[in-house]
Amino acid sequence: MRSLSFSQAIDDALAQAMAADPRIVVLGEDIPLLRRELLVRFGPQRVRATPISESAFVGAAVAAAMGGLRPVVEVYMADFLGVCLDALLNHAAKVETFSGAQWTAPVVLRVACGGGYGDAGQHEQALWGWLAHIPGLTVVAPSTPADAGGLLLAALQQDGPVIYLEHKLLSESWLDFLGSGGRRTVTFDVPAAGAKGTVPSTWRPVPIGRAATVRKGGDVTLVSVGVGVHRALEAAEVLAAEGVRAGVLDLRTVSPLDRAAVCDAVAQTGRLLVVDEDYEGFGLSGELAAVVLEAGVSFQYARVCTRTTIPYARHLEEQVLPSSDRICAAARQLCS
Amino acid sequence: MAPDLWSLYALMLRSRLLEEGIAALWRDGLISGEMHLGTGEEAIVAGVVSQLRAGDAMALDHRGTAPLLMRGVDPVLIVRELLGLPDGLCAGRGGHMHLYSRQHLAASSGIVGAAGPAACGFALAAQHLNPGAIAVAFFGEGAMNAGMLLEALNLAAVWKLPVLFVCKDDDWSITTRSQSVTGGDLHERARGLGVPPINVDGRDVGDVWKAAQAAIARARAGQGPTWLHARCVHLEGHLLGFQLLRTLRQPLRELPKMSLRLTRSLLQPGGGGLGERLAGLLQVMAALAATMRDPRGDAANDPVRRARASLQAEPDRLRELEEQIGQELADVLARSLARAPAKAPADGPGEVLA
Repeated sequence: MRSLSFSQAIDDALAQAMAADPRIVVLGEDIPLLRRELLVRFGPQRVRATPISESAFVGAAVAAAMGGLRPVVEVYMADFLGVCLDALLNHAAKVETFSGAQWTAPVVLRVACGGGYGDAGQHEQALWGWLAHIPGLTVVAPSTPADAGGLLLAALQQDGPVIYLEHKLLSESWLDFLGSGGRRTVTFDVPAAGAKGTVPSTWRPVPIGRAATVRKGGDVTLVSVGVGVHRALEAAEVLAAEGVRAGVLDLRTVSPLDRAAVCDAVAQTGRLLVVDEDYEGFGLSGELAAVVLEAGVSFQYARVCTRTTIPYARHLEEQVLPSSDRICAAARQLCS
Repeated sequence: MAPDLWSLYALMLRSRLLEEGIAALWRDGLISGEMHLGTGEEAIVAGVVSQLRAGDAMALDHRGTAPLLMRGVDPVLIVRELLGLPDGLCAGRGGHMHLYSRQHLAASSGIVGAAGPAACGFALAAQHLNPGAIAVAFFGEGAMNAGMLLEALNLAAVWKLPVLFVCKDDDWSITTRSQSVTGGDLHERARGLGVPPINVDGRDVGDVWKAAQAAIARARAGQGPTWLHARCVHLEGHLLGFQLLRTLRQPLRELPKMSLRLTRSLLQPGGGGLGERLAGLLQVMAALAATMRDPRGDAANDPVRRARASLQAEPDRLRELEEQIGQELADVLARSLARAPAKAPADGPGEVLA
């Protein structure tokens, strides 16, 4: 075992996979600088810069995957997927069905997402629920370095398109580039257990579609993904001191959803509290309620999500993104 | 008509001093996120914006401060927006990449290339509602590889939209040399889409002004769009705290962190052959070397200093103007930092600034 930061873990797992499989290529804007360690090991044929042309290079990666490559395409931020949505919505997601299951597009999109550093809602959206809405796309969002490396390996073994979301608040390199710019005069509420942690010396895949129970508790089930998992754990600690036993389930994969894990946990506590950094309306939080209802489980329900466009000012942003305070308040009400 | 270099220099100096103040606030941690300055492109912005009139629109990129200031937006509102205050230009909710002024028909976007379609839309509205008015799109040469901008050029050409497309070219697409990811010639590209190109020295405000005057007159007369290509050097790189410039300015602090991991990866078994690895290393070195050949030290690349040099024949007038603008901007920054109004939340940044 060794300790790595979140983004180092992803790069490390990616390097292991690239050494084993020459079909894996990495491409995206500024990749020669951002992934310079991969560049000097695997060379410029396999690690290449793109122009600022998302619709061209993401669209090309989808077809390159159909042609036999295993592209890992980086998109600076989930928000920028708006520029190249067609490649995902109308192509990557459709190949398998339209071809009568004779063909797939095994492309991995590595995309930075999430807020908490004051960049406002055109550069801080989570969007995993919005992406998971599309049948045919697999969407993962790890919350620890160990899961980050393991899920990347699993994504590269998946026989279809995977959106791999890398939360910027967990990534010291993204936070340095976009948040602090080398300053020591700004601080961010970075969950320590997500930013750095022990990882295996040799990576093994973490199965896609499998949630993890990260805290047991019989009174209420907190279900989350990404940074929200850490906010939920903070809240569970506070609630424990008040006598409320909150369990925390880390989905790890948004689509396909681990329905069994969610339903089992909620059946035991009778209470579901969803913590979701993505938008509240028409998204993951409502989907989780529907899944548990469909299973015939009787439960009480609340959610702490992002309701509006994320504002720029740090103190307003803090109020909009799910926080442990909001989670505690919702849990108290649910358990009262 | 000849450009009034005195008033253009005044616009540029105001912008430079304001942005230097903004940089200081950013370094002090009072401005969050990515802060992209327009230092180095003032001649381009001044040469164009000084010729706009009521009813003209601006579609801005992520460097909106200079155009908004020069268009007449109150700089105190701009700075208070960057500080995230409730009485900022956009109530503290937009921030520096998302500055809007409805009154000035000015809208920003942090999405590369988005200024193209937006300018077309403003121009279409002007064609219907306010003939003779125009729209300006500001963007970098990196955006010339974004599909939406190329589509916008074509749209403007076929609809003869009154748009001035202003390409501020510093040959850097964030950390990538634009030449290395751009095929063909940008002038031919614009011409091929039906938009006549003009080339100017973006460091020379008089040169920009003259070219913009002709293009704006053409647009107002209903003769369609023009693509203005202006080269410049961004004095602070892509954004404040830009990693490549940090490496250049503080090599002892930044290089060891970088080189240890690079060396380890270079020597790691498994992966490319020696030739591939060396080619990769050469690319990393080339990016650093390109930054080392820093064009920022050359006064000829600073448009404000160049404009000033042309006015030195009248030293008294120059000194008087600079003193006046220096005082004005000191006042702006002082007012920007004044205590936030009572409606600011108790734990908001208003207290921090008190």
